[in-house]
Amino acid sequence: MSPAAVLSGLLAVEVPYWASSVIKLGVVALLVPTAALVLGYVFLLKMMSFMQSRLGPMEAGPYGTLQLLADGLKFIQKEDIFPEKADRTVFALAPLVVLISTFLIYVVIPTGPDAVVAQLDVGIFYALAVSSLSVVGILMAGWASANKYALMGGLRAAGQLIAYELPLVLAVMGVVIQAGTLDLQKIVAAQAQGEIFGWDGIGNPFILTQFAGFFIFLVAVQAELTQPPFDMPVAESEIVGGYQVEYTGFRFLFFFMGEFGTAFAFAALAAVLFLGGWALPWGDLEHWAFNIAGPAIMLVKVLAVAALIFWFRFTYPRLREDQLQRMAWKFLIPLSLANIVVTGIFKVAL
Amino acid sequence: MIAEHVAFGIIAAVMVASALRVVTARDIVHAALYLVIVLAGVAALFLLVGAEFTGITQVLIYIGAVIVLFLFGIMLTRSDFDQDGETDHKRKLPAILTALLLLAVMIGALVDRFGDDRLDPTPQTTAQVSDELFSQYIVPFEAVSVLLLAALIGAIVIARREQGG
Repeated sequence: MSPAAVLSGLLAVEVPYWASSVIKLGVVALLVPTAALVLGYVFLLKMMSFMQSRLGPMEAGPYGTLQLLADGLKFIQKEDIFPEKADRTVFALAPLVVLISTFLIYVVIPTGPDAVVAQLDVGIFYALAVSSLSVVGILMAGWASANKYALMGGLRAAGQLIAYELPLVLAVMGVVIQAGTLDLQKIVAAQAQGEIFGWDGIGNPFILTQFAGFFIFLVAVQAELTQPPFDMPVAESEIVGGYQVEYTGFRFLFFFMGEFGTAFAFAALAAVLFLGGWALPWGDLEHWAFNIAGPAIMLVKVLAVAALIFWFRFTYPRLREDQLQRMAWKFLIPLSLANIVVTGIFKVAL
Repeated sequence: MIAEHVAFGIIAAVMVASALRVVTARDIVHAALYLVIVLAGVAALFLLVGAEFTGITQVLIYIGAVIVLFLFGIMLTRSDFDQDGETDHKRKLPAILTALLLLAVMIGALVDRFGDDRLDPTPQTTAQVSDELFSQYIVPFEAVSVLLLAALIGAIVIARREQGG
């Protein structure tokens, strides 16, 4: 039930438990920065530039592909500055808390029948719970910086993340009701083996029946990432970066990796929940070849969802604080509750 | 079972140490952050006995929501950064007595109910939990939801009255 099991199958050697754990940790530890680099380059540097009729970075490597690596090296060389009045321990730990929350989400994302770090019975519930840990890190950063802009940003972030966590969780409920499980692997299987009015040509990706859920999930993810149009907590033009304002060097890099790594993880969760995950609706789901094809299929779907997320990011102007709260409490939450009720009725009636 | 015992010992030691720091920390934000460690320890203990769903719920509700509200409230109401010794207050003794009484009641209840029973180490699935919740424990479940609704409405009423309505 793990990449190590696949490996041992292919090489015909027995991989002990500790070794498979080390392999899994290594894969996740490599995946998060890579995911952040890919999303940062493809969307933040290139897609945004093209939408604004400019080329973006072109000098570092072919078409500027190495720009973010160069930026990363630059960040690591910078001085590690603590503000004079800062609470040093809390200040130092805050970016780590955010990054750990990101790492923990990757643990349950499946990319093949055996290619998953841990298949949990509570799957999606676990992913949403650990993603909510990042708020603690953001509040720690906002408070420990001893800076009024940082504190303001931290408070705004907390208010926003609490408000949008509800629609995020409630949007997933529709999928869970339809699949009848929280386990991400079984949600993938339910879509691959499902059928639309008896026709099983493309399985039954839940985006068809749960389109409202997909929409709410994407909007809530946008707010959870504090990206435009929901970037009140970091708004450069009024609070100069919010909770990140005092951070420099590799600690700032951690926040950047946390943001884009989480964007990738949420895009992957959306791909699993609504687009069928790593599976194709044809062929045997247990076939070993899916362990190799699965990650590639996943990547295509993740990039498609990420393209949507970043398209919103580059298109819409920032929402005001009151508009932002009204959107969550008076529009998204009632809509997601209605979606749950309707899904429940169909589930019982059909 | 040895690995579990070692894990329990480590988690419990960390929890006790952090719990002491919660009440002795001079800075109230530090106290709240130590409480995060205690609550994470509770979640870890739930996972250790195979109660996955309860453990994850612990993380989502207590760390993801309750602590965040604590921190939110603290930061919203006190914005000056260097205040030391403000968490101390005069009613230390009654507080200690209350804590000891609570401890005695809980130990009594746990020993009375479970005694020498051994916990079944097989992990519980979410389906089992929800089946029991919606059959055997349906009345307490509904009572709790009505209670929460009443608290919610009460909070809104109080907030509105203070606004001058």
